[in-house]
Amino acid sequence: MLQIDCPFCGPRAEIEFRCGGEAHIARPLKPEDASDETWRDYLFQRKSPKGVHFERWVHSHGCGRWFNAARDTVTDRFLAIYPMGEKAPSIEELKARLPDVGSPRHAYAENRVAPERVEGERP
Amino acid sequence: MSQSCRTPEGGRVDRAKPIRFTFDGKSYQGCVGDTLASALLANGVHLVGRSFKYHRPRGIVAAGSEEPNALVQVEMGGGRSDPNTRATVVELFDGLNAESQNRNPSLERDVGAVNDALSPLFPAGFYYKTFKWPASAWHKVYEPRIREAAGLGKAPTEGDPDRYLHRHVHCEVLVVGAGPAGLAAALAAGRSGARVILVDENPELGGSLLMESGTLGRVEPGNLAFARRAAADLAAMPEVRVLTRTTLTGYYDYNYLTALERVTDHLPPGSGPDLPRQRLWRIRARRVVIATGAIERPLVFVGNDRPGVMLASAGRAYLNRWGVLPGRDVLVFTNNDSAYAAAIDLARAGAKVTLADVRPHAGALASEAEAAGVALRPRTVVVDTDGRLRVQRAYLSEIDGEGRIVGALGQPLPCDCLLMSGGWNPNVSLHSQARGLLVFDDSLAAFVPGEAPQPNVSVGACNGDLSFKGALEGGAEAGRLAAGAEAKPGEAFGANEPEAAPLLPLWLVPSDREGLRAKAFVDFQNDVTAKDLGVALTEGLRSIEHIKRFTTTGMGTDQGKTSNVNALAIVAAKLNTSVPAVGTTTFRQPYVPATFGAMVGHSKGPLFDVVRKTPIHDWAEAEGAVFEDVGTWKRAWYFPKAGEDMHAAVRRECKAVRETCGLFDASTLGKIDVQGPDARAFLNRIYTNAWMKLPVGQCRYGLMLRDDGMVMDDGVTACLKDDRFHMTTTTGGAPRVLAWLEEWLQTEWPDLKVYCTSVTEEWATMALNGPNAREVLAPLVEGIDMDADAFPHMHWRSGKVAGVPARIFRISFTGETGFEVNVPAGYGRHVWGAIWASGQKHGIVAYGTETMHVLRAEKGYVIVGQDTDGTVTPHDLGMSWIVKKQGDFVGRRGLERPDLKRDDRKQLVGLLTEDPDLVLDEGAQIVADPSEPVPMTMIGHVTSSYDSPDLGRSFALALVAGGKTRKGQTLHVPQLDGSVAAVSVVDPVFLDPEGKRLHG
Ligand SMILES: [Zn+2]
Repeated sequence: MLQIDCPFCGPRAEIEFRCGGEAHIARPLKPEDASDETWRDYLFQRKSPKGVHFERWVHSHGCGRWFNAARDTVTDRFLAIYPMGEKAPSIEELKARLPDVGSPRHAYAENRVAPERVEGERP
Repeated sequence: MSQSCRTPEGGRVDRAKPIRFTFDGKSYQGCVGDTLASALLANGVHLVGRSFKYHRPRGIVAAGSEEPNALVQVEMGGGRSDPNTRATVVELFDGLNAESQNRNPSLERDVGAVNDALSPLFPAGFYYKTFKWPASAWHKVYEPRIREAAGLGKAPTEGDPDRYLHRHVHCEVLVVGAGPAGLAAALAAGRSGARVILVDENPELGGSLLMESGTLGRVEPGNLAFARRAAADLAAMPEVRVLTRTTLTGYYDYNYLTALERVTDHLPPGSGPDLPRQRLWRIRARRVVIATGAIERPLVFVGNDRPGVMLASAGRAYLNRWGVLPGRDVLVFTNNDSAYAAAIDLARAGAKVTLADVRPHAGALASEAEAAGVALRPRTVVVDTDGRLRVQRAYLSEIDGEGRIVGALGQPLPCDCLLMSGGWNPNVSLHSQARGLLVFDDSLAAFVPGEAPQPNVSVGACNGDLSFKGALEGGAEAGRLAAGAEAKPGEAFGANEPEAAPLLPLWLVPSDREGLRAKAFVDFQNDVTAKDLGVALTEGLRSIEHIKRFTTTGMGTDQGKTSNVNALAIVAAKLNTSVPAVGTTTFRQPYVPATFGAMVGHSKGPLFDVVRKTPIHDWAEAEGAVFEDVGTWKRAWYFPKAGEDMHAAVRRECKAVRETCGLFDASTLGKIDVQGPDARAFLNRIYTNAWMKLPVGQCRYGLMLRDDGMVMDDGVTACLKDDRFHMTTTTGGAPRVLAWLEEWLQTEWPDLKVYCTSVTEEWATMALNGPNAREVLAPLVEGIDMDADAFPHMHWRSGKVAGVPARIFRISFTGETGFEVNVPAGYGRHVWGAIWASGQKHGIVAYGTETMHVLRAEKGYVIVGQDTDGTVTPHDLGMSWIVKKQGDFVGRRGLERPDLKRDDRKQLVGLLTEDPDLVLDEGAQIVADPSEPVPMTMIGHVTSSYDSPDLGRSFALALVAGGKTRKGQTLHVPQLDGSVAAVSVVDPVFLDPEGKRLHG
């Protein structure tokens, strides 16, 4: 059972969480203008990489908050945890961090709040 | 003394406390401190089982949990029956009753042994090839016969009377194994003040020290004295928890581990009434020190499976730890030094000992062995053995430097015990379970731990260091570092031991015995021979994982603890490659067999899951309601009167609701308080219909879709204030819907200011339905004009009912005039009672979920999850009226996908059977042409089906391909009983299509 570092509650057992699948799937802003292919991709097309994967998690049996995480699917290690709406760290950056990742909570070290929403950009 | 093989002194048993036990119906005497295995050996009993496939007589091979052969059924009566228990770990208690397995009628005379004589017919993979045809014979003939003949213990049939517990703990350092390395680690970590847990399988601490006489070495201040002092020191440390009789069963991610503690297994049943039988510890450790020792390897030679053939270390353990002489004429057969200690100790205890060493030069302990009277036979191998129920004779041959037999063939040597040692396998199971890599060590001819991706370290013998000095020093350093303590010079541990000479791997001992009956076993438990591995290769299998599954080597209760490396090496030799090139199979949890009871813990019976009861539950129970489970709720299903079955009760309830009135407990409906300045805009995006203009005081039915356009949930939502709404959901969907709303708010629309709170259990909800509903309710109401025009359908009002603040929603799921009275849950029972009393003169009935289902189906109201299954759109349900034309909502674009606009999608219809008394099976498939050959074209299925007293006949709802255009057609529904029912397709609204009754 994984241990997941909830940015709001601290490290907790995996059973308290639910994985919400791949992160950074943008819902097209004007659905009525989206082609069938665009909508299909938004609904169904998901990556399943070997290595770094960006996912959404929710602390459903805890604070109930959603957050993003980068997880290595080979080792199941969490490489980063960062707020909803924030850009994903680059894979190069994460790989560079790999030897001494330590706690993935660094994204919250400055007590950051979710950034303002920018029109045209989706979390 | 009946214990004919018990030594006069020595060992950890209490000879002053003899106790009785029974094996296969025969009574024996053992001592306090014995295991079942040591007590049987003390009585000269080596034959304890029959093998899995060939039913060959088998004895005790090992002295610990790695035992492959000595599996027994411990049978204590009253539901206490444990199959496949290793006799080597069963602690003896007075009255213990055990039985051997896989024999008929008795161990000595087993009819299944014919399999051994026929063994040329039963090579590896035999089952897969022989029982292929005819297919129908597999279930009826082959499988039952095979299962009867092959197999292990008997599954218990009675319920388990014992209690099992789980405990969750955290620690900084978890030390696994309390041998010299583990003790040194726990002491060092404990002294730093860290929270430490030390677990060990044995009843006392010491590990290998408990069986070490000093021949192989001595730690200061003496092997047992060291263990005893360490135990006392650890007991005095407040942050150290020592768990004996506890096996580390599983190593999972993020240093999450499980350990199984056998709390009272060593006591007669009932002697610890306040204690559980077993306790499963669920541990999250910051660091783990693995000190699980090493397991000796058997040698693979012809006839190596006879009772009396055991591991050299086991023979030595039985002598030194349990005071049992496993044989008087002992042959030790080895390729390494460690077995010399067994030979020396047994010779000193009075046995006549010969030692055959495959190496040209005797080991470091040779002179000590000769001094003890051991006859040394260098460059000698065992080529065969004799003896039906116990080994009687071994045949020895000399080999040359290439491992070929030279000189005279198979010289017989009488023996009643044959101790073998093929070297040692570091016990890397936990390291490997933790996804650690393995590296092959040529000097040990075994796998040792490589890189460990989790924070753990292996020390001592499990890390390939077989010396006491290495175990003590490595353990202490690991313990200190794991605790995060400064690396100060360790406590000076003293250890004296002889330098070991290198071992000589001899994976498959040469033999002059040829032919199919010359069996050299690799895996005793699964009856896998060296030849079987060859068969697998001949069949073209190359991956070791395939070979494992084809031959079953390394499977079973012991998971190949003694056999795996031998199997790999023999495969490597046959493929002319190296052992690491063959690779290893995966080590899996649990390390030893674990009881289902321990895994389940308290989660059984009434504690299996949460049981939620409404405020009306006790009333319903007193009225004789029958309940059904809906999600975690108990809901009243129907209220039978004396002599009524479900059918009669539901007919009566239905009639009463349509003719006068009925009261229904709807408290389980999900209720979500949605508030905030953007609440209205939020509902407008979540539901398919329009919410921007719903006035305060009104309700609206809403349908929720997933973004792919499929119906997900539904319910009525009321506007309480301009920025506050009371949403209801299906009973089972409540948690899912709340999570869904939160997900959209947090991840997609963080700009919306909306808060959602579950208020399901805040409210008792009572649905009063029927033409007399108003007459029943009105006398109880204060502050609300109950007139039909003042309080119309789909409105809500707040006031008092029976003196209690209430919200009344004028909504209906029956098609009758309906009021849903919501009061704070604590007042629910009171208000229910008041309505019930007021309704008496109108002949009010209480009705349950079954009647509710019938009544709503008559009106064609769907139940999400019954009439839908996640592949149904609002259009499929004939509910296009609820899909707004303007603006986005969740599911809108999904509905426009081409596949969702097809005319031949499954659509909701009503069905009427030709026979009005026939109630169709729910879930039954629907076909257009009943004479079509199988496989028939299935065009739909029945979703709801009932008998209706109002319609005077049965009716059903169904999803049928192109259903909207099939009205009037006759279709056919095959029933479970084999008959085929003809049905005609009708509109899904069967009653009051104009909705007149709703507005009364
Ligand atoms: Zn949290």
